[in-house]
Amino acid sequence: MRYSSLSLFRQGLSGHQGWPQAWRSPALKPTYDAVVIGGGGHGLAAAYYLAKVHGIKNVAVLERGWLGGGNTGRNTTIVRSNYFFPQSVALFDFALRQYEQLSEELNYNIMLSQRGILNIGHTEHQMELMARNVNAMLVNGIDVELLDAQQVRHELPLANFSADARYPILGGFTQRRGGVARHDAVAWGYARAADAFGIDIVQNCEVTDFRVEGGRLVGLETSLGPVSAGTFGLSASGHNGVLARKAGFRLPLTSYALQAMVSEPIKPVLDTVAMSWATGMYVSQSDKGELVFGAGLDLYPSYAQRGNLNVAQGVVAGMLEIFPAFRGLKMLRQWAGIVDVPWDYSPILGPSPVQNLHLNAGWGTGGFKATPAGGYFLAHAMATGEHHPISRPFDLSRFSTGAFIDEAAGAGISH
Amino acid sequence: MLSIPCPWCGPRDEPEFLFGGEPAVRPVPAADVTDAAWADYLYFRDNDKGPHAEIWCHAAGCGQWFVMRRDTATHAILSVRKPGEPA
Repeated sequence: MRYSSLSLFRQGLSGHQGWPQAWRSPALKPTYDAVVIGGGGHGLAAAYYLAKVHGIKNVAVLERGWLGGGNTGRNTTIVRSNYFFPQSVALFDFALRQYEQLSEELNYNIMLSQRGILNIGHTEHQMELMARNVNAMLVNGIDVELLDAQQVRHELPLANFSADARYPILGGFTQRRGGVARHDAVAWGYARAADAFGIDIVQNCEVTDFRVEGGRLVGLETSLGPVSAGTFGLSASGHNGVLARKAGFRLPLTSYALQAMVSEPIKPVLDTVAMSWATGMYVSQSDKGELVFGAGLDLYPSYAQRGNLNVAQGVVAGMLEIFPAFRGLKMLRQWAGIVDVPWDYSPILGPSPVQNLHLNAGWGTGGFKATPAGGYFLAHAMATGEHHPISRPFDLSRFSTGAFIDEAAGAGISH
Repeated sequence: MLSIPCPWCGPRDEPEFLFGGEPAVRPVPAADVTDAAWADYLYFRDNDKGPHAEIWCHAAGCGQWFVMRRDTATHAILSVRKPGEPA
């Protein structure tokens, strides 16, 4: 069924009892042309682009839990492409441009809100670094603006501009095309569109082992039985390293817990995404009115999907330093997602050491904003066996050649 | 918050400690080490889910390094030992 205001009106007349399922719950077949491991936004997007761009529709997406129940449902929903290196800009701006027309393309409202993302500068040195980054981004064609203190005050009237502020605000920079999107809707939109192509989305299906013959992946063992395919994609975020070990190789990844939290809902007070490198916090206000904010990593390996209190305290303290008015708010929820962080904070895309298995890994703390790109380039690798020009610099081989794309140092941004 | 039993100081709170990576043996002699082997030593990790061998530093305490086995799925601490002590 095509979603439209007319279909909404018609369904309303019958009390919204007639909406069909958005996607089927098919049984796992023994053989497919292509199998994607991981039913988050990235894996579902890969399945969709396999069908749409490459005409490969005999595809399964295997998800251990439920759709978008991992990091897709645990991020802070921020989208942006204000990266430092041209390779990263090509990748992340591809994703943002896809996001800009995705609601139309998928006939599913992903609630993209390009309210801008504003990084606050607190010292002269930070302002100099921001000027350098803004210049690099402008050269790479990204729409960023350097702001002085007055301009930041105009955008963030609740921020702490008092004379005795621990973190004085000297300026900042903004990317106005950045903003937020509904994270669940991105996964659901891709799932519905992939299902419409006949793709099998199989939930509660855990991959338990890999059948590798002569260095070539031929099949998987799963909790729902064996499955074979001509090509495979690995897109399991925090668990990519665990699955790679089962396939017989290691990856340059460490899995950490990344926290986020929301306050109780309040009236509109913040109409952009505010980010402060110095205090390690970023905050936006959801459509429901909750302040959504996050956090740095708990800096030791974890698969526990919960973060510890000392990191949460640090984030809250940072936010209250910048926005003292939020001091009285109650915290509603706090959680963590498991993110696979590579050494240069750039993703690992393309072929793996095992033939027929392609990687969409290492998105680390910033995967949501890249969902369309992760899916698009994984689909390209699975369908053609080769890199797309945009994904080539992110090949696994960079860890032995030394051709890193060091966004951790380049942009100075955690996500 | 983790309560980590430093082998020198006894149990202390997590913020006093730094995670220092997985124990690894540096390949030598350097002239004979291939790029792939060097990359494997520097960057590639077991990243286990479950029991995991780690080195930690009691950075804001005694400053000593030690070896800890920890379950990364539950955060349970399984054992700690001083470097050089038998596992």
